[in-house]
Amino acid sequence: MRDASPAIVRSPLALLGLLVVGVWIACAIAWPLIAPYDPNQFHFSARLQPPSPSYFFGTDQFGRDIFSRVLAGSRDILVVAPLATLVGILCGTALGLVAGYYRGLLGEAVLRVMDAVMAFPIVTLTLLVVASLGPSLVNVILVIGLVFTPRVARVVYASMLAVRDLNFVAAARLRGESDAYILIGEILPTISAPIVVEATVRVGYAIFASATLSFLGLGVPPPAADWGLQIADARTFIQSAPWTVLFPALAIASLVIAINLVSDGLQGGGELHDR
Amino acid sequence: MSLGVFVVSELLPGDVAIFILGQQATPELLAVLRQQLGLNEPPPVRYVTWLTLFVRGDWGRSLALQVPIADLVLSRTVNSLVLAALALVLTIPVSIGLGLVAALQAGRFADRLISLVGLSGLALPEFVTGVVLIVVFSLTFHLAPASAQIPTGASPLSVLPALVLPAITLAVTLFAYISRMTRASAVEVLASDYVRTAVLKGLPMAQVVVRHVLRNALLPTVTVIGAQIGWLVGGLVVVEHLFGYPGLGDLLLFAALNKDVPLLEACVMVVASVYMLSNLGAELLFGVLNPRIRHA
Repeated sequence: MRDASPAIVRSPLALLGLLVVGVWIACAIAWPLIAPYDPNQFHFSARLQPPSPSYFFGTDQFGRDIFSRVLAGSRDILVVAPLATLVGILCGTALGLVAGYYRGLLGEAVLRVMDAVMAFPIVTLTLLVVASLGPSLVNVILVIGLVFTPRVARVVYASMLAVRDLNFVAAARLRGESDAYILIGEILPTISAPIVVEATVRVGYAIFASATLSFLGLGVPPPAADWGLQIADARTFIQSAPWTVLFPALAIASLVIAINLVSDGLQGGGELHDR
Repeated sequence: MSLGVFVVSELLPGDVAIFILGQQATPELLAVLRQQLGLNEPPPVRYVTWLTLFVRGDWGRSLALQVPIADLVLSRTVNSLVLAALALVLTIPVSIGLGLVAALQAGRFADRLISLVGLSGLALPEFVTGVVLIVVFSLTFHLAPASAQIPTGASPLSVLPALVLPAITLAVTLFAYISRMTRASAVEVLASDYVRTAVLKGLPMAQVVVRHVLRNALLPTVTVIGAQIGWLVGGLVVVEHLFGYPGLGDLLLFAALNKDVPLLEACVMVVASVYMLSNLGAELLFGVLNPRIRHA
């Protein structure tokens, strides 16, 4: 197993990414202390104001302070993305372990179902699921987790192939350990490194996906201060008041790129993954 | 596939009859309407009815828009295909070319720059890229319009300049995939014995690159392009929503948000068909490029 910390320290880009992610996490926790205004407060006398000393990022069509809304918007996305990743990693790991350990019918069945879910174009799948369950934060977490599950399962399954025939597994079986203990106590720790790397990559995609879903109106309902939603709501004003759209977009960009830098640093190089 | 679409849309909560008549409708009226819509039949019967009508081209009427679905979906599909084709035409030559350059310069500055641009294009959601492109090219330099709304009935070809920014937005993400794939396979081919032989027997480098490297390196790339068509549909939903372009993706989103089940079913069926056709197309092209797998 490779230790993660030295790789991070060696790469200045990964450190920069870590710093930016840290700043956003701090914002998500402490924005009520930093934000100059209530993010949902209307200032009707100051609608669509350009950035100025009183409104750092300008105001939107209702006169809400965009700086405060961008700060507040970090909370939803930093709660949704890790939770969605966790759902995907947990389900995917469980299914991948089962598929790798129980060869024969059960393992085959799990693999084929995973293939079937992956064959469905992601956006159509998400649209159908969110449209039927209704837009909400919990559903966004579930649907992203669902989309991630087969992709994580494949990574776990691939790692399982390398270890399932090793002696320590056979020894545990001869000692009469239960399957659950062998899977969780013996095998899981040996394949945890690729799972951790996969998780950091997945967090980046989860941010991508949840921002896109809220942009499409399938995430949190208005008036929540959510970056994707802010861009969707203000996009008709992009000609006359580009700051309404630009600052939330830059916020998403900085967070996504920072997370990618961190996961690249962990892997020691940019690899292409399935989205 | 059609079964999956039908099952999922059947699972959509909410009674279609109540949706059409509103919450205040009397039970008698609802019963009559359910009878008319055939909602009292068991699901397998309705599935077969729906599928036979669908195959015959009778796609029914949209619940939310009250227009025949077939015409609407087909004209929107044409619009989306024009946009997607424009994006592919912009992307494929550029990304294959730059992927090759990156492979020839592997490890040097050009390679790093190309992969950095590619990675950031890949990491950013399309609507973020789109917003940045609008602000830079439309609002700052006034090079292209920021909106791609077209008059109803007008051909998408008549507003080609308006399609430039949406197409570039789509192209940015595609670029990352295609150029990385080209680079990876070209690096592999460049290290092979037959390329070494070609260079040593004194062929000009250009000829080696075009005849030996490119043709072999294109094989995995074609598969990637085929696989990306499915992704392109997702990108279309986002890009059409951002630019206000009346395409299939925008219609799909509208149908999903408004619980317009027949419209949603029709859109998803079209998306699924395009998806399968493009994968088939990629496999056929694979056979053309690679004589080794041409058989029977």
